[in-house]
Amino acid sequence: MYEKNGEKYFIVDGHCHFWDASPDNWVKGAEQYAKGWIECFHAYMGLGPPETHWPIEKFMKYSEEDFVKDVFEDGGVDVGIFQSTYLNEWYTTGFNTAAKNAELAAKHPGKLIVNGRFDPREGEAGLRQLEKDAKTYNLQGVKLYTAEWYQGSRGWRLDDEQTKPFLAKCEELGIKNLHVHKGPTIWPLDKDAFDPRDVDQAATDHPELNFIVEHVGLPRIEDFCFMATQEPNVYAGLSVVIGGLMYARPRFFAKVIGELLFWVGEDKMLFGSDYGIWEPKWQIDGFIDWDYPDPDHEEFSDFPRVNDATKRKILGLNAARLYGIDVPVQLRLPDEAGTPAAQEDAQLVESA
Amino acid sequence: MDALAGVHDPELDEPITTLRFVSSCVVTPDGVVRVALRLPTPQCAPNFAFLMGADARRAIARLPGVRSVQVTLEDHYTGEEINAALHRGEGFMGAFPGETGDDDLEALRALFQRKALIARQSVVCEAMLATGDDPDGVLGRRVSDLPPTPEARRSLELREALGLPCDADAPAFVLADGQALTAAELPRWRRMARLVRTSLEANGGICRSLLQIRHNLASEPGAVPTTDPEEVAR
Repeated sequence: MYEKNGEKYFIVDGHCHFWDASPDNWVKGAEQYAKGWIECFHAYMGLGPPETHWPIEKFMKYSEEDFVKDVFEDGGVDVGIFQSTYLNEWYTTGFNTAAKNAELAAKHPGKLIVNGRFDPREGEAGLRQLEKDAKTYNLQGVKLYTAEWYQGSRGWRLDDEQTKPFLAKCEELGIKNLHVHKGPTIWPLDKDAFDPRDVDQAATDHPELNFIVEHVGLPRIEDFCFMATQEPNVYAGLSVVIGGLMYARPRFFAKVIGELLFWVGEDKMLFGSDYGIWEPKWQIDGFIDWDYPDPDHEEFSDFPRVNDATKRKILGLNAARLYGIDVPVQLRLPDEAGTPAAQEDAQLVESA
Repeated sequence: MDALAGVHDPELDEPITTLRFVSSCVVTPDGVVRVALRLPTPQCAPNFAFLMGADARRAIARLPGVRSVQVTLEDHYTGEEINAALHRGEGFMGAFPGETGDDDLEALRALFQRKALIARQSVVCEAMLATGDDPDGVLGRRVSDLPPTPEARRSLELREALGLPCDADAPAFVLADGQALTAAELPRWRRMARLVRTSLEANGGICRSLLQIRHNLASEPGAVPTTDPEEVAR
């Protein structure tokens, strides 16, 4: 739990990593991609406060001690959710695989949840692997990288025909939470990887599954917002939003949060630090104190207000609900607390 | 260069010339034109990059006296594929065979034209509302009542491109289907438009500052300073 000014907050970090991108792990012949990927990530770290920046060597491979200190001790994170990202084409043992994440999770019982992944382009073998992973890691969620390269293909979509059996399999296996990466392009991925519209169809077809759109579709946030208002099971994953904007571009951050609160609502927004890109502490600390820079200014005045309950939901309680995490009684909120989501409806720009 | 000024970045809805994406344009005495384009990052989405290259090619080829056109995308991670397809006069599928079924990218273009239209129309509409005009009056206006501003002009160009009515008697503000915007829809439409504008401004700001940093360009006269992230956000 995170403590500030005598107040205690229950924190779920919905998006964190424990990766190995050190040169020893680069696939021969794909070094430029392995290097390019991690350097691109490292550039994002530059959007946080200078005192939190790491040298590239540490960034490529940080230790277990770093993780425990940054996430649990300094960050006060109660439960972290590992979003596994394989990138086997570039990293020999994977970038951060479920297996590696599970090793760390086993040492910290109850503190880390391991999410798996699937890739519909792997077909039948991929389905069998998902079944196996679900059993091994007791999967409740998966991270999906629709822009990942695979044998000459440079991406896939959630509304592809080949994806359907995988979504059905998730339902069957009780994998309820699908974190979909829709965000800033990371070289060398992507054709138009941040287009979030494929989530729309999948969310309609599978009302029992939750779709957490990580990075809220930036830079296509309007597509994401208009889609999310129509789908009760679409959530906003704030990884990169807080880390990448709150410090570097505070005024734009305020607009983004205001729009998300309006269109998506505080009950459907989930904090994620995206550690090791950014340490959680400054993000949590800053967000607890956060308000619109000039609340009565016309730019912000008709956005939903932010209060203590809003922050508690976003920082942990919403994710706890999705993942069935038991929150200590004193850290829960009374029912009805906070600002309800706007009863607003929107259509995608195509039809508006 | 005038012909290239008619080519817009499909995402930002701004001419590639004012965005400073044209790094050189050489015309030989025998009518060969070579245009080089530079984008803000080597990772700009290939579909947008392709559209700008193909549009530039078309815009130049139309000019009298032009014998051949060569458009080259500089330093882009899929530049080789895109340049080869442009030189062969092929579509997007020619650049990425087997990876895309979308050859002319017209749906993508239209989607972003619709976004731009909402943004442009709303700037005009907000300006009218800000002068205290009542919403019913504003929404009752016709194309012929639109002010002679760049925003209004561009909104009509976009309407024409999208096949929406734009004759003098057509409504000043229209929805995607060409029907007039109504007072009942106005509040929601204004909110949507604001978010679209925020997104466009933010993306435009990011693109400008990336380009400036990458090519070590001086600030544009009258443009937002791009060294201060706060300013870019505004």
